[in-house]
Amino acid sequence: MGKLLIYLKHYKKETVLAPLFKMLEAGFELFVPLVMAAIIDRGIGGNDTLLVLRMGAVLVALGIIGLVCSITAQYFAAKAAVGFSAELKHALFAHIQGLSYTEIDTLGTSTMITRMTADINQVQNGVNMVLRLFLRSPFIVFGAMIMAFTIDVPAAFIFVVTIPLLSIVVFGIMILTMPLYKKVQAGLDSVLASTRENLTGARVIRAFNKEKEETDLFQKKNDDLAHMQLFVGKLSALTNPVTYVIVNAATIVLLYTGAVRVDEGTITQGQVVALVNYMSQILVELVKLANLIITITKALACANRIQSVFEISSSMEWVQDPDSAARKTEDYIVEFEHVCLAYAGAGAESLTDIDFHIKRGETVGIIGGTGSGKTSLVNMIPRFYDAVKGCVKVDGRDVREYVMEELRSKIRVVPQKAVLFQGTIRENLLWGSPDATDAELWKAIETAQAKEFVEQKEGKLDFHIAQEGRNLSGGQRQRLTIARALVGNPQILIMDDSASALDYATDAALRQAIHRMEGDTTVFIVSQRASTIRYADKIIVLDDGQMADIGTHDELLERCSVYQEIYYSQYPKDEGVSL
Amino acid sequence: MKEQENVKRRSGQRETILTVLKYIRKYWIYLALSIVMAALTVSLTLYLPILTGQVIDLLIDKGLVEFPGVFRILKKMAVAIAVTAAAQWIMNVCNNQMTYRIVQDVRNEAFRKIEILPLKYIDGHSHGEVVSRVIADVDQFADGLLMGFTQFFTGVITILGTLGFMLSVNVVVTGVVVLITPLSFLVAAFIAKKTYVMFRLQSETRGEQTALIEEMIGNQKVVQAFSHEDETMEAFDGINDRLKKCSLKAIFYSSLTNPATRFVNNLVYAGVAVTGALYAIRGGISIGQLSCFLTYANQYTKPFNEISGVVTELQNALACAARIFELIGEDAQIPDKENAKELGCVDGSVDLQHVYFSYVPDKKLITDFNLSVRAGQRVAIVGPTGCGKTTIINLLMRFYDVQKGAICVDGTDIRDVTRRSLRSNYGMVLQETWLKAGTIRDNIVMGRPDATDEEIIAAAKLSHAHSFIKRMPQGYDTVIGEDGGNLSQGQKQLLCITRVMLCLPPMLILDEATSSIDTRTEIRIQKAFATMMEGRTSFIVAHRLSTIREADVILVMKDGNVIEQGSHETLLEQGGFYATLYNSQFAPAT
Repeated sequence: MGKLLIYLKHYKKETVLAPLFKMLEAGFELFVPLVMAAIIDRGIGGNDTLLVLRMGAVLVALGIIGLVCSITAQYFAAKAAVGFSAELKHALFAHIQGLSYTEIDTLGTSTMITRMTADINQVQNGVNMVLRLFLRSPFIVFGAMIMAFTIDVPAAFIFVVTIPLLSIVVFGIMILTMPLYKKVQAGLDSVLASTRENLTGARVIRAFNKEKEETDLFQKKNDDLAHMQLFVGKLSALTNPVTYVIVNAATIVLLYTGAVRVDEGTITQGQVVALVNYMSQILVELVKLANLIITITKALACANRIQSVFEISSSMEWVQDPDSAARKTEDYIVEFEHVCLAYAGAGAESLTDIDFHIKRGETVGIIGGTGSGKTSLVNMIPRFYDAVKGCVKVDGRDVREYVMEELRSKIRVVPQKAVLFQGTIRENLLWGSPDATDAELWKAIETAQAKEFVEQKEGKLDFHIAQEGRNLSGGQRQRLTIARALVGNPQILIMDDSASALDYATDAALRQAIHRMEGDTTVFIVSQRASTIRYADKIIVLDDGQMADIGTHDELLERCSVYQEIYYSQYPKDEGVSL
Repeated sequence: MKEQENVKRRSGQRETILTVLKYIRKYWIYLALSIVMAALTVSLTLYLPILTGQVIDLLIDKGLVEFPGVFRILKKMAVAIAVTAAAQWIMNVCNNQMTYRIVQDVRNEAFRKIEILPLKYIDGHSHGEVVSRVIADVDQFADGLLMGFTQFFTGVITILGTLGFMLSVNVVVTGVVVLITPLSFLVAAFIAKKTYVMFRLQSETRGEQTALIEEMIGNQKVVQAFSHEDETMEAFDGINDRLKKCSLKAIFYSSLTNPATRFVNNLVYAGVAVTGALYAIRGGISIGQLSCFLTYANQYTKPFNEISGVVTELQNALACAARIFELIGEDAQIPDKENAKELGCVDGSVDLQHVYFSYVPDKKLITDFNLSVRAGQRVAIVGPTGCGKTTIINLLMRFYDVQKGAICVDGTDIRDVTRRSLRSNYGMVLQETWLKAGTIRDNIVMGRPDATDEEIIAAAKLSHAHSFIKRMPQGYDTVIGEDGGNLSQGQKQLLCITRVMLCLPPMLILDEATSSIDTRTEIRIQKAFATMMEGRTSFIVAHRLSTIREADVILVMKDGNVIEQGSHETLLEQGGFYATLYNSQFAPAT
């Protein structure tokens, strides 16, 4: 939490003023019993109507000052809390944006989203409540005790005993129940998981006739949960009665001491009333404090989680200044020189000793089983991951010598998952090249075999895509992600199994259209389908992270056993020739 | 129109309340005890300030304190305090019992309903929404309705008791309290009304921000691939700034409620102090009574605030209750016929006779579909993605019932046999692999809980799952998380196959998942599938040419319909959709 406090630095004034005004308000509140004592002793006792009226006016005045103070405090608290959370969000978002693929993989998206949303809200709430209440409650509790001392010292000692006793009970029960509530939450989570599981797995559960068993299992979990809740409930049900007993027992002692002191003539009747009033103020504030501490604990836990995201820094460093050396155009656009890749935390290498050279304008097919490293290989070209050994060169230069924007603007990727963003088709297509004209967009759309359906959409390029592209079919989404990558004629185009949602005919037409594209675009096609890469200039065959072979279809079919196995599994031998 | 809606809503509310009462009835004793204890607690709590006042009245001045009287009252106070504390505790425990038991009952019932809901409901409703009914809504309902009820009850008694006492002592001072107090509700209501709009704006803006966060962080790899970070940051800051402004407003204005009502309270206090003191000077009331009045004035608004809070909470709770009761009241699937037969071990002939089916009434899907499968035959179902291949599975397994016509297994209409016996004759491997949270063994033995370790391992070897299971940290006892946890898609698929391999029923429904398993494992799975299909009637959602070619019957589906049916050769000769589909696979790229 500590480190997150720097996001309050623009709100120093508010952070100090909010609790200060809260304390002022509380201070004025503490005067009320004294005013009352004056009314009783001097007003009623002395039959002084004027004094009663004057004191009444003082009470109203105290109320007004209290109101003004607390409104001021609320404003500053709200301003500081909201400002803090806005700055924290900005910083966290920027931080997450700067993380490399490796950190994104380790953190996981859902974690990052929770940190950005729920956790920050919780922290904001915590900051707000702390500024408002954290000083007020203890101030009233101890203030009441000090006021009691100003009235009568022996009576005040009752406060000295009562306050720790109450604190022990209130906080003790809280400390005891908190871990139990965590268990209750875990029980609830397990009931929730069961429910969800039975919805998503309804078909399988029914196919295996497991309804009865699942119901029994659920009831057991549910019973456990109820038992736990009842147990915690019994414990926390003690708070109110026990504190009630303590405060009122203290009042009895106070009244008795008061009786003795009044009889001795040391204090007056009105002062006894004031003492009793102070006693009743203590409990209310202690309970508030206990609730506040729960809020703070939650906020602190969230803050620590957020802090741990900040502590993760990008494992990848980029060159900041562009290399001023003259660029010559190389024959080879992409070169892998004995490249090895190991993901963070993984024991084994995902790619081992990959070595190949690709000329400008070539089409490269990459084939292999799941987990053989196809995606890992293409992800190294735009430097999404760094090699642990060897080096990747684009246009003759090591990718680690590039400024990020320069490298990535040469390369366009069509990811496996067809991701589009909320906005118009045009906005989505302009992602890579913000200056492209409509004519260029249409050309890309045509190449991506998307023209037919884009033309049918209402507003065509201005058609609004919903979040996650929900208002488009899988195939349509995929073709638009292809079009997005084609805009601006990239030097290198990577298609990572990006035609999987397309039927064979569209897939074939797409490949032909890309082949006909102007310019020297080098195309990498990752696929499971032998038909998709069959006509590539070069085919890289991957097997368990190693490059089994590289060559044309005919060469590979002749000499590469892995390729043969893949190919014939899709095209049985007896047919392969005749078709 | 609006009125009608209102009437409908009200009658709906009445129904909900009746249902709630039905659940409470079982625990009426807790409810009764809780009410009695609440009444006791409240009246004693109100009595205590009176006793305090009486003591104060005895503390007149130096040497004038009447100690025996003081002791007598203090003793009374001690008893009252002890009884109050006990009553309060019993009340709390009763409320807990009632609340959590009812929650337990409702959840159990909801879950039992989920197990017998027609799949149509499960397919047609977002799972998250159903889960939130069972979890969040039930919690809200319990907190709001049951806690709210007791708060409402104690609140009303407190108000009435306080009023009664105050009136009995002094009418004018009571008048001051009763007249000024409503001001605090007016202020609170005014603030609530004003801030509602701000809160709505805040939650809308927050929703907008969350959507952006989900979109951009969820797809951060794409954002980075296109170097789109700066634009994203800009969009984010725009929303963040707007959110900051409207949050400040919403939080600040809503936080005025407390100071404002406290201020009104202070006014009441001052009013009571002045009028009370003036009366006391004239000897109208004693000082003890005045102090008691002040205590009451201090807490008089509290039950009002609680009650107004409770009313909104009650409404919310009723809405939640209605949602969960709606789920519980949902029509279950048509139960098995009373005289339903147990389908023994079948030989596996399947007949679909004049089958009509559609998911939505006005969108025809399958019309007059006939198919006769002899025991041991293979049926391949082919067609582009999303053409409704699963519909056939839904009908065969009786996840859905046909609307007209009949499906017969071994000559018996499947509606005349128990679902249990029908389904245990099928082995099913779906493309969406589903595994339950538990050990690998738990998942494999789903169909045969009594299988021995040897049988399990034998099945796993047949499906080529043994080698990867063996390498898991605890082998067959490795616990996998919800929906397969960290297993790869291919491994999950293998486990699903092992699951069926272990029981090997006479009929199979298989979905060839090509994309998730690597080609070489797939060849082995193909072999396993082949072993499995030996002599068994099989329905295969097929992607693989060899499977399709070896099938006895090919069903070609498009847009949910079976459009062609026949063997590979006859279909190719027909030159229809199948032929196009088949040929497109081999179109050269250049």
